[in-house]
Amino acid sequence: MVATKRRVHLAKKTGLFIGLLIGAVFAGFPVLWMASSSFKSNTEIFASPPKLITDNFSWDAYTSILTDPTKVRFFINSYVVSLSVTVLTLLIAILAAYAFSRFEFRFKKPLNMIIVSVQGVPPITLLIPYFGLMVTLGLYNTYLGLILTYMVFTLPYAIIMMTGYFNTLPKELDEAARVDGASAMGALWRILVPISIPGIVSVGIYTFMISWNEFLFALTLTRTQDMRTVPIGIQLLMGQNSYEWNQMMAMSILGCIPVLLLFLFFQRFFIGGMTAGAVKN
Amino acid sequence: MRTTRTTGAEPRTAAKSLTGRLTPYGFISPTAALLFVLMFIPIAMVMGYSLMDNVITNKHPEFVGLDNYVKVLSNGVLPTAVLNTAIFTIVSVIAHLVLGLLFAMMLNTKLLSNLTTGLFRVIYVLPWLFTVAIIAILWRLLLNPNGVINYVLVGLGITPTGIEWLSTPGTALLAVTFINIWAGYPFYMVSLLAGLQGIPTDLYEAAKVDGASALQQFWHMTLPQLKPIIISMSLLDVIWTSQQFALIWMTTGGGPINATEMLSTFTYKLAFSNYEFSQASASAVLLLIVSTVLAYVYARYQKARE
Repeated sequence: MVATKRRVHLAKKTGLFIGLLIGAVFAGFPVLWMASSSFKSNTEIFASPPKLITDNFSWDAYTSILTDPTKVRFFINSYVVSLSVTVLTLLIAILAAYAFSRFEFRFKKPLNMIIVSVQGVPPITLLIPYFGLMVTLGLYNTYLGLILTYMVFTLPYAIIMMTGYFNTLPKELDEAARVDGASAMGALWRILVPISIPGIVSVGIYTFMISWNEFLFALTLTRTQDMRTVPIGIQLLMGQNSYEWNQMMAMSILGCIPVLLLFLFFQRFFIGGMTAGAVKN
Repeated sequence: MRTTRTTGAEPRTAAKSLTGRLTPYGFISPTAALLFVLMFIPIAMVMGYSLMDNVITNKHPEFVGLDNYVKVLSNGVLPTAVLNTAIFTIVSVIAHLVLGLLFAMMLNTKLLSNLTTGLFRVIYVLPWLFTVAIIAILWRLLLNPNGVINYVLVGLGITPTGIEWLSTPGTALLAVTFINIWAGYPFYMVSLLAGLQGIPTDLYEAAKVDGASALQQFWHMTLPQLKPIIISMSLLDVIWTSQQFALIWMTTGGGPINATEMLSTFTYKLAFSNYEFSQASASAVLLLIVSTVLAYVYARYQKARE
């Protein structure tokens, strides 16, 4: 009896493990192949039979990207834009979330409704007027143009998440500070913000990812090579006459490193942040 | 005495409450300003464009009423784009949900050690960490006629020669949908995993004592518990997937022969390939209307849950 039970348990365990392995191949093989291809020479990319570990392992693809000022510039641009968007989004979202969480005011409900619903506006709808608008405002082909544009997409979600986070913290905390004579701003930055670090980190990671990955507006609102971001840079590599597959894969690996590191270090915040929109407390 | 004190205190309270009442608006003003300039003005602009002729390309556009809408709605490619978008969205959303739920349940097991499931979780999340541009080019490499997937398929005797998945009209839509499924399921998986971990284990213990089978447990306990997450995520996913542009643009560009033309690529091409900015604006407004309806359903649902 016990032996059969143990056997059933073992069979379940093995079955589950095999299932997980199959899933892992589906999820992980493409990524593994990307890494593998980045260490090959371009002539070996489509060699038959394909090899996961090449005989002529080389870092050439990486060195040719990291020594090309144009391509390094793509990375610098992406970092400048994404980090700026993250900091500015957090600042503005924290202020707005504070108002939504701690104050009662007349237009609270309609304003909240607007912030929820602008998330559904298709980017392509904004693209056509943005083109003209950015030229008029003198922001076409500038960092500031991209930063402000991305904030339109990161702010609503950030505000909703931050409001949700503030709502979980007891009102007495900042009210006590207010009674002791602190201003609303003081109570926010000295009391509420320090204890909201986990929520802020989640929102920050999410914001960084959106900006790091954005494609459509980066494509349309920048013109010169020195303003292009990583996703566009990858596309530019693809557009050239001969496909430098190994370089494209190396650039992809380099391009995903910031997000991968954020994920590995902040896994808990990451998941908490991503799901906050869907999983409500 | 009493009256003087009240009159003396009153203006101060009034002044305080006035600034007090204005404080929240002050906190919201940066957001409001940004959304006004970069959300409401552009929407008003695109609506205006859609009623004019020769906008952007001509300095003196003229009002033409609904002409552009008529032109867009009678465009021969539009029905294809609508159908492709619908297939792409529905298949993607269902597959995201099924795979996300399956993987989340496998990862939620108590049978394997935490280290094992933790390792698998990292692997399963991988597709999510890549930007669409990277995903597009990675799959162009994998699905190349001489690529590794075709090599395996030929080796197994499934196809006699390598298939040009992304440039054959019959397979292109299937291929981009598959890529989108691969790219999108982790978002569900992660949320559903969080949801599964939130289900109290004593519920399952009780069900086991009552003799409920694994299937019954899944159907009567797991699914109902996850239902709110599933509905929110699916609504969000419908909104996002139906707006997908970059993936299509970088894999097939909407081709071959419109086989993967979506509403987003259709609109983009009207504007930036054909320079028909007025018609593109009309198309963009139509997309906005559809999305607004979907977003409204989502917002109503979220509100109902509160």
